[in-house]
Order: sequence, then structure tokens, then C-alpha cells
Amino acid sequence: MISELASSFAGSFPAQLPAQAFQGPEVNWFALSPMLALLAGALGIMVVGAMTPQWPKGLYAFVSAFTAGTAGALAMVQWDDITDTGVQTLVGGVVAFDTFAMFLTITICMSLLLVSLLTDSFLRGTPNEGPEIYALYMVAAIGGIVMASANDLIVLFLGLETLSLALYVLAASNRRSLKSAESGIKYFVLGGFASAFFLYGIALLYGASGTTNITEMVIAFRNGVDLDNSDPLALAGIAMLIVGLGFKVAAAPFHVWTPDVYEGAPSPVTAFMASVGKAAAFAAMIRVLVTALPFFRDDWGPVIWALAVLSLVVGSFLAVVQTNVKRMLAYSSVSHAGFLLVGVEAARNTAGEALPGDGIASVALYLMLYSVLVIGSFGVVTVVSKASGDEDGDSSLDSFKGLAKRRPTLALAFTVFLLAQAGVPLTSGFIAKFGVIQAAVEEESYVIAVIAMVAAVVAAFLYLRIMVNMWLADSDGGDDAEPVTIPFSAGVAIFGAAAFTLFVGVFPGWLIDAAQTVSIIAR
Amino acid sequence: MIAAIEPSWYLILAAMLFSVGAVGLLIRRNPLVMFMCIELMLNAANLTFVALAIKLGDINGQTAVFFVMVVAAAEVVVGLSIIVSILRRKPGATADDLAELKG
Repeated sequence: MISELASSFAGSFPAQLPAQAFQGPEVNWFALSPMLALLAGALGIMVVGAMTPQWPKGLYAFVSAFTAGTAGALAMVQWDDITDTGVQTLVGGVVAFDTFAMFLTITICMSLLLVSLLTDSFLRGTPNEGPEIYALYMVAAIGGIVMASANDLIVLFLGLETLSLALYVLAASNRRSLKSAESGIKYFVLGGFASAFFLYGIALLYGASGTTNITEMVIAFRNGVDLDNSDPLALAGIAMLIVGLGFKVAAAPFHVWTPDVYEGAPSPVTAFMASVGKAAAFAAMIRVLVTALPFFRDDWGPVIWALAVLSLVVGSFLAVVQTNVKRMLAYSSVSHAGFLLVGVEAARNTAGEALPGDGIASVALYLMLYSVLVIGSFGVVTVVSKASGDEDGDSSLDSFKGLAKRRPTLALAFTVFLLAQAGVPLTSGFIAKFGVIQAAVEEESYVIAVIAMVAAVVAAFLYLRIMVNMWLADSDGGDDAEPVTIPFSAGVAIFGAAAFTLFVGVFPGWLIDAAQTVSIIAR
Repeated sequence: MIAAIEPSWYLILAAMLFSVGAVGLLIRRNPLVMFMCIELMLNAANLTFVALAIKLGDINGQTAVFFVMVVAAAEVVVGLSIIVSILRRKPGATADDLAELKG
């Protein structure tokens, strides 16, 4: 019986291949330079940091920020190359080299730079002051970039795990706080659950198409008559992939982990999660659904539609009843995921066609603007909760009472971010929301556009509530409440983000033009 | 005489293992058992990859498994260390005891 088994297995393999030396794919190293720069930074800071005594104040953060800046600048150089020579795939067709990948790379590097500056003062005087947190940031950023530029589902999965594993550790990194450990394990269990679904989805799609490569997958499905029994397998795979991606982007009804994890994780880590995590997950969603599976767009389209509407409603309404600012911002990030899904839904209508609509461009632009906004918002929370002197960092709504009297500049910056998150004109948030809604209207998805606008109005109430607390309420301690001091590096990050928010809000043209080019995807 | 074992049997077995893992994760409350359920789900996906690679006569599905195994090993490192750091502070904690965060 065993020999029967062996022979039935042996029969399914192709005949013995002739012996030949292994030949790896050709690698264009310079095109991968943003990732390599981050890798060098992560390894360098870890190895050198382990062998030298504690570095002087702020040097770890500076190295991390400098690496992020270098990687971002290299991505801009690559952008130039792409606009000159056109899109292509690299390393044997598993990495896409297009402006979409570079746009997301620049977004992630900007986020990394801002979060590094924010983390510096936060870690000062804690046992975590050292190279580890920054090394994890950089590794997570590489994972995000790999996700955004993957042209093979297995590579995409590797990027996803690189990002997620680093984020689990970062969420649990405050070892003195039980809340941080709890948020770490919750994120780990639900994230692992989502990853398993994602992987099972890849396996089923592999069964349906015979490949994990996105380029080959598109061809296989287009000619897909020679594979028997492919449709149920492919549809089950797509469903699994959507569950996995839904968890990662924190779309309702897969959002349940978001408030707990965002509240429990150290505030700068929350900022990182909300910016890099969301940007990378949505980039992966574009790669998987819009690029790899345009053939099934009428199957996944309604699911995305439903997820978008649910996220908008759940995010906007549940945010209003929270009493902790970090939880409020977590629910608001669910409603932002809803807006981004509106953009993905708009991209569906032209998925796989030669003339792509505005969907992909609007999502990419939204991700960049939202990343800066959310880092600014959580940056203010970081500074205020650190000043409260509490071990876990008090981020209740009450701790923001009377902030305008204690530190007017900080209250002003927070007001800018909140107005932008609400989508008020002359801020970058308006440009972002206008972009996705316009893309939806152009594809004649009027219903979802109307729901999105109503949800924006409801969500505005939440942002107003925080603002009223800052400007109109008096702090509980009366006039002798401790003034909030803004550390220099955190101040640079917060006011830089605020300046970017206002600048893009007033002069959006150059960024919109850049975003328009990302619709042409290499595959 | 039994029938020859088809790759599709393995697909069914993998689907069952995946369901066991998914259901186990949702109903068990011990963090270590929940963690084992995640590993079960990942390995069910691995079995699917291998069975499909045999079915399609394509080697790429089997190479994918090696990548997943490395990922699963890395996940063990991270997961166990987070669990240990919690259990050290709260011995015998179950998922229901971890309720600092709610709202």
C-alpha cells in the first residue's frame, strides 16, 4: 500500500530535471534601494547599538529618522526612473516597480520619520530607551514597503508578516504596563487569525489559478477555461483574502481589535500602527483585489461595498460614545477605513482595464494625507498623556480639558488635525475625502457617496467634542494644573505635520498631479 | 483493496484542520491553546499548498510552504514571548481575565 502511495505521488511530478547549476533571478539592486536603506539602518542600529554603551540623547531617534529620510529620497529617485522608463517588474517578476509602490514607500518613510521624532521624548527615562524600538519600526516599515510593491501573493504574505510581527512586539513593548501587554496579545491572536485566513486564501487561489504570481494569475484567469472546477475554489479563496485584509485594515465588522489595541499600545506605536499599518494594508488590498483579481470584480465588489458602508456607520456612531481620546481616534480610524474602501470600490469599476479611473489614485492620496494627520493627532495625545505622569499615560477625554489654557500651541495643532480628520476645507483631510467621493461619483456609485458624506457629518460631532473639551472646558485642577511641556523633537513632528496638513489643504495641486500617475500598475 | 489516495482528500483534511483551528481559537480561553490553534490554521494552509502542488504537478506550491514555515517559526518566537510576559505577571490568566481595556 505504501509503495502504491509513493508511486501515485511520484507520477504527479514532472520527470527528473536535468542537473544544472542553480541560477537566481537577476536583481536590480538600485531599484530596491529604499528597502535596502531601511534594512541597513535596522541592522546597523541593532548591531552597533548592542556593542556600544548608551548613545547620547536622541541619537537613536536621529539615526532612525535619517534612515527614513534617506529611504524616502531614494524612492523619489526611483520615481524619476519610473516616469522616464515606464513600469516593470523586478527579481523574476515578484516585485512591482511602479509609481504606486513608490508613492506608498514615500508615505511609509514620511510616517517613520515623524514617528521616530515622536518616540524620542516618549522613551526618555523608560527602560525601553535604546535601539530596539527604532529597529522594530524600520523592520516594520520594510514589511509595509514589500506589501505595497509585491507582485506575488507569497511575497505579499511575507511582507504582511514582517510588518505584523514587528507591530505585535511594538504593541506589547511597554513592559511596565499591563494594558500594553494585553493589547499586544489581543493584536497577536486576532492578527494571527487574520494572517491564517489570508494564507489559506492564497493557497486556494493557487489551486484555482496554478500560480501565486499576480501577472500569471491575471493571465490564468483570463484564459481560465482549461482549469476544471476553478470557480468555487477561487471564490472561496477571495472570501478568505477579504476576511484577512478586512482585519488588517480594521474595516467593520472585523474592527473589534482596533479600540483595545490602539488604547493599550504606547501612543507613538499607535501612531505608527494607524499610519504605516493602514497604508500597507490598503496597498495590499489594491494589489490583491484590483490588480490580481479584476476578473472577479463583480464578485468582490459588493462585499467591499458592504464593508465600506458598515465601517462608515460603525466608525462614526460608536466613536461618539467613547470617553477616551485614543479609543475615539481608533473608531475614527475605522470610519477612515470606510472612506478608503469607498475609493477601492470606485477602483473596482475600471479594475483590469486599460484606462484606469481615479479610484487607485484617490486611495493612494488619502493614505498619504491620512498618515500625516493621524501621526499628528496621536502625537498630541503622546505629549499630553506623558505630561499626566501616569504610568500607562492618561488619555481620557478629561485629561484634555482646558488644554488651550495650559498649552495653546498644542491645542491649536490638535484642532488643525481634528478639523482635517473631519474633512474641513483648506485642510488636507478635505482633499483626501473629496478625492474618494469624487472617484465614487465618477463611477456612478451615488449611494455610497451619499452615505460617506452623511457619515462624515456624524463623525464631525466626535471631533467637535474633543475640541470643546480643549477650548471651552476648564481643567479639573483649576488654574494650578500642570502646564504641558512640548519636547523639542515631538514638537518638530507635530508642527511639521500640522504645517503639511495646512499646506496641502491650500495648495493641493502638485500632490494630486503626482497621485494621478500611480494608476498605472506594473504587473 | 482500498482506493488510491487522491490529493483532494488532503484538501478536505486541510479544510477540516483549518476549521478546527478557527473554531478552537474562538471558543478556547487559554492563551497557549489559542496560539496552538493559530499554528494549526497556518499548517492547514501549508497542507493545502502541498496537496494542490501535487494535484497541479507544480513545484511552486511546495516552495511556498518553506516560506510559511519560516514565518510560523518567527510567529512562535513573538507569540510565546508575549504570552510569557503576561503569564509572568498574572499566572494562569485566561483570555477572559485580560479585560483592562474596554469601553
